[in-house]
Amino acid sequence: MRADFRGLNLRALWQGLMRDGGSGDRIVPPTGFTAHLTLFSAGAMAFLAVFALALALATGRLADRWASELAGSVTVRVSAPSGEQDAATRAAMQVLSTTPGAGQPRLLPADEVAGLLAPWFGPDMPVDALPVPSLIDLPIAGEDFDAEGLRLRLEAEAPAATLDDHTEWRRPLVTAANRLRMLGIVSLLLIAAASASMITLAAKAALAANGQVIRVLRLIGARDITIATAFVRRFTKRAAVGATVGTLCGMAGIAMLPGMNAAGGFLTGLGFQGWGWLLPLLIPVVAAAVGFFATRWAALKMLGAVR
Amino acid sequence: MRDVGFGYHGGAELLSNMTLTLQPGMFHFLTGPSGSGKTTLLRLCYADLLPTSGQMVAFGEDLRQLTRDGIADLRRRVGVVHQDTQFLDHLPVAENVALPLSVSGQPVDMEALRDLLGWVGLTHHARAMPPSLSGGERQRAALARAVILSPDLVLADEPTGNLDWDMSVRLMQLLIELNKSGKTVLVATHDLNLIRATKAQVAARVLRIANGTLNLAGADL
Repeated sequence: MRADFRGLNLRALWQGLMRDGGSGDRIVPPTGFTAHLTLFSAGAMAFLAVFALALALATGRLADRWASELAGSVTVRVSAPSGEQDAATRAAMQVLSTTPGAGQPRLLPADEVAGLLAPWFGPDMPVDALPVPSLIDLPIAGEDFDAEGLRLRLEAEAPAATLDDHTEWRRPLVTAANRLRMLGIVSLLLIAAASASMITLAAKAALAANGQVIRVLRLIGARDITIATAFVRRFTKRAAVGATVGTLCGMAGIAMLPGMNAAGGFLTGLGFQGWGWLLPLLIPVVAAAVGFFATRWAALKMLGAVR
Repeated sequence: MRDVGFGYHGGAELLSNMTLTLQPGMFHFLTGPSGSGKTTLLRLCYADLLPTSGQMVAFGEDLRQLTRDGIADLRRRVGVVHQDTQFLDHLPVAENVALPLSVSGQPVDMEALRDLLGWVGLTHHARAMPPSLSGGERQRAALARAVILSPDLVLADEPTGNLDWDMSVRLMQLLIELNKSGKTVLVATHDLNLIRATKAQVAARVLRIANGTLNLAGADL
């Protein structure tokens, strides 16, 4: 076990963190600069962490949804001269009904097709007047579904039909969403690492500024762990308080984003849903843990270096 | 200590071949000219410095073998009145005096603390901040802090160095009371008059340090 973590008495530390006042809290003089620095950096990092977490969760949801849709259905587009459209559609439906691994094909009614086109043509466009292809939604029901085989059958038996299994345009999106989720997680780790660095620097500054206090404490019989705990307690509290404020501000910011809707796409989905709102509440806990370990490491290392 | 030698930063030995045993319950003086090594010898006694040669043993422990926690434990058994008193200036006198209890995880008995402050005559300065105290008051507060853990050995490094005669006598009276209560006391001072005045009240052993060596002082002291 490393020297810095030897003698770790978590129970005593927990009691120390929870107990208010007393000489233990006061043996280190209050230092405005490092106190404000720690509070501010913990708050700012927690604020950023909330958005990184929201990004990771939203992109995760998006990737999952796109991936499941990718695997869940295919679309068949039937485009034939106006007099042959119905016959071509029937032929395609016939092929699809007998495709192994496929569910019941569903011809999209005209109003549904109009709804799909509305974002491009507007709600008042007379879709009936346009040579719009028929769209057939084919759910994938079994693992024996063979998209390539179906494509060949359609070419042979219903040449006006084209199979669109969404793969070409959705797979890169799923990959991008997964990478965005990974970036969100990496951002969270970087934020934690940056917080640890800042708290370590602030703790070291406080230790250096209190060299005389540390000397006095040692002369009267204080162990290194006692001295370190005084600093650890202070910085852990500051990290937790700063992160709580930052997290609440971040959550408020997320709550003020527009609600998710289909037209808004990805951006309006950038938020928390359901139990996801509980996850940011872990940020102050993690910040306190980061403050605890960073300060403890810095304090014991510095105290160990000076006899 | 046996055949103890010490030199700062690996330089020439300030103390050499020193052999000394403090007799339990005895009042000791350590005297010698300025720069002779009185403070250094005291710092060796509470492991603030470690000897470069020889052996230092306190309470059955070889000080060179002590861990960091072991040194902290030793300092809880050795009360020290430092020349420069060493207070935490952001804490009031009472909290400074009670600090050894706090850092060793012991509860503070407020009544005992009041009694202790009364013993050193600082009851009315309990809430005062250390910088506001006079030199004599600071030394008495330092003595109170040194004895709050009821140590076996009390060391005082020039405790009267900055005090007038009356205040010096008053402080020595407290140290004599401590010794009479069974504590072993070692006081470093260059004030021979103070030593003589103290010896009139208590049997004291006087050690003289000069040119790096330690000798028992003659009958003139």
